[in-house]
Amino acid sequence: MADLRDLYQEVILEHSRAPRNYREVKTADHKAEGYNPLCGDRFIVYLEMDGDVIRDIAFQGSGCAISKASASMMTQSLKGKTRSEAEKLFERFHEVVTGRARANGDPVELGKLAVFSGVSEFPTRVKCAILAWHTFEAALEDKQEPVSTED
Amino acid sequence: MTAVARLPWDHVPAPPAAVPGFDVERVRADFPILKQPAHGHQLVYLDNAATAQKPKAVLDAILRYYEHDNANIHRGVHYLSERATQEYETARKVVQGFLHAGRASEIIFVRSTTEAINLVAQTYGRVHVGRGDEVLITAMEHHSNIVPWQLLCEEKEAKLRVAPINDEGELILEEFEALLGSRTKIVAFSHVSNALGTVNPVAQLIRRAHARNIPVLVDGAQAVPHMAVNVEDLDCDFYAFSGHKMYGPTGIGVLYGKTALLDRMPPYQGGGDMISSVSFEKTIYNKLPHKFEAGTPDMAGAVGLRAAIEYVQRLGLDAIAAYEHELLSYATEKVAEIPELRLIGTASQKAAVLSFVMNGVHPHDIGTILDQEGIAVRTGHHCAQPVMQRFGVDATARASIAFYNTKEEIDRLAAGIEKVREVFG
Repeated sequence: MADLRDLYQEVILEHSRAPRNYREVKTADHKAEGYNPLCGDRFIVYLEMDGDVIRDIAFQGSGCAISKASASMMTQSLKGKTRSEAEKLFERFHEVVTGRARANGDPVELGKLAVFSGVSEFPTRVKCAILAWHTFEAALEDKQEPVSTED
Repeated sequence: MTAVARLPWDHVPAPPAAVPGFDVERVRADFPILKQPAHGHQLVYLDNAATAQKPKAVLDAILRYYEHDNANIHRGVHYLSERATQEYETARKVVQGFLHAGRASEIIFVRSTTEAINLVAQTYGRVHVGRGDEVLITAMEHHSNIVPWQLLCEEKEAKLRVAPINDEGELILEEFEALLGSRTKIVAFSHVSNALGTVNPVAQLIRRAHARNIPVLVDGAQAVPHMAVNVEDLDCDFYAFSGHKMYGPTGIGVLYGKTALLDRMPPYQGGGDMISSVSFEKTIYNKLPHKFEAGTPDMAGAVGLRAAIEYVQRLGLDAIAAYEHELLSYATEKVAEIPELRLIGTASQKAAVLSFVMNGVHPHDIGTILDQEGIAVRTGHHCAQPVMQRFGVDATARASIAFYNTKEEIDRLAAGIEKVREVFG
C-alpha cells in the first residue's frame, strides 16, 4: 500500500514551504507559463541562457506541495546544466515519477530529485510533479501559449 | 377491446408511499458500492455533488429493462417495442410528477444538465437574443451555465452580464435586479451552487425577472437530489437537471420547459423521432416533447431515472432534506473547530456542500491525504473558476453529502483533516 510519507517526504514539504529560486528573472531570455486545468496549478518558468548553458532559472506561481517543491528542486538541479543534460534529466525524472524506472541504480544522476520517486505510487499526482518540467521545456522552445498538462 | 384511444403510457403511476422517519443504516444497505474498503479503510464517499451513488433499485431497473423490455421506441408495432415505449413514456410521467410539471410533454429527455442548457441557448437563445441584447447569469454558476451563453453571445454579438455575489456566497439581490434591463432576453442561474452550496431564492428571482417579462432558466442539477422542486410554484420557464447526480444513471438528464415557449422554439438536433414527416422539400417536426428528442434516446437511462425518483420519493424528499440539513450543520460545526480551515460558501441557506481551504496546504494535497484515509472528496475548481476567482483561491476541497452519509463519516472527515495538519504541521 502506498504510504503518505513516501509522497510527502520532509525535503518536499520543506521546499513547498520555502521554495528556492522563487522570483522573476528580469534578464530572462526565455519564459513560459504552465497550467494544470484540472487543479488550477499555474507556474511561470524564467530562463537565462548562456549559449547552451542555463545561467539562471527561476519560477513563480501557485500550486500544490508536490508541484511547488518539484519546481523549486528543478531550478536547483538545472542551474549550470547544458540543454541536453537538462533534457536527459527530465527524461529520467519522468521515468522515475511514472514508475517506469527505479531511482536507485541511476545511470543519470537524479541526485536530490530522487525524493520524488514516491510519486509513482500516486498516479493522480504525477502531473503535479512534472508540470514545472513541462513548463521549462516550453520555455526552452519559447512557446507563447501556456503549456497544459492536458495537451 | 374498448374503443378508447388511451395509449398504455397514459396511465400515471401512483406516487410511492413515504417511509416515516429516516433510518440511515437501512438506506446504506441499498447502495452496494458503499460497502467496500478504500486504501485499507472503509470507504467514505463525500463526492456526491460530482456524481451520486446508485441504489440497487436503479441498477435492478436497468438490468430488468435490458433483460425484458428492450426494443426501439415509438417505431415498432411489435410487442417489445410497445413495452419499451411504455417504459420510456412512463418514466417521463414520473419525472413530470417529480417536478410537478403541468404536462408530460413539457419533460424533454436529454443527456445531462449541460445538454439541457445548451438546448435552450441554441434554440430559444438563437431566436430571441440579437445584437446588443443581454443574457444575465450569476457569479456562482457552473461552467455549464456560463459557456453555452458565452457561445450564444459571441455568435449574436450580445452581452453576457453577471450578477455578483457577496462574501458569504449569496447573490446580491439589488445588483441582480439592477442588471435586469430592457435588453435582457433571458436569465439563467443555479438553484443550488455546486461550489458553494448556496440555495438561491429562486421563486423571488423568477418573480423579479417575470415582472419585466424575461424568461428564466434554472439549473437544478444540485437541487433535485436534496429538496422537493415544484416548477409550477416556482413558475420557472425552464428547469434542467441530470440523472446521475440524483442517484440515477449517467447519460440521462431532463429539460422542463413551459409549453408556450417550447412550442415556439425551433428543434435542437435533427434526426429520427423528432419529425412527423420528411421530404426533401419540407420536413414537418413532431409535436412536443419529441421535437426535441432526435435519434434513439437513452431508454434504459430513463428507466433508471424513474427508479431513482421513485426511490427518493419512497424515502421522502422532505425527510431527505431534513436529515441532510442536520448532517450539514453537524459537519459545518465540526470543521469550524479546526484551526487554519476556512469555509468557502457560508450562505444562510445552504445545501449539501462543504467547500474549504486550509492555510498553507493546497486542496490537492488535502485530497490526496484524505484519499489515503479512504475519504473521497473533490479538489479543484469544481468547474466554477469564476467562483474561485471571486474568493481569491485557486481551488478548494469540497465534501458534498448525500442522505446515505452519516455523522460517523463526518467524524472521519474531521479526523482526516487533522491528519492533513499533522503531515503539513
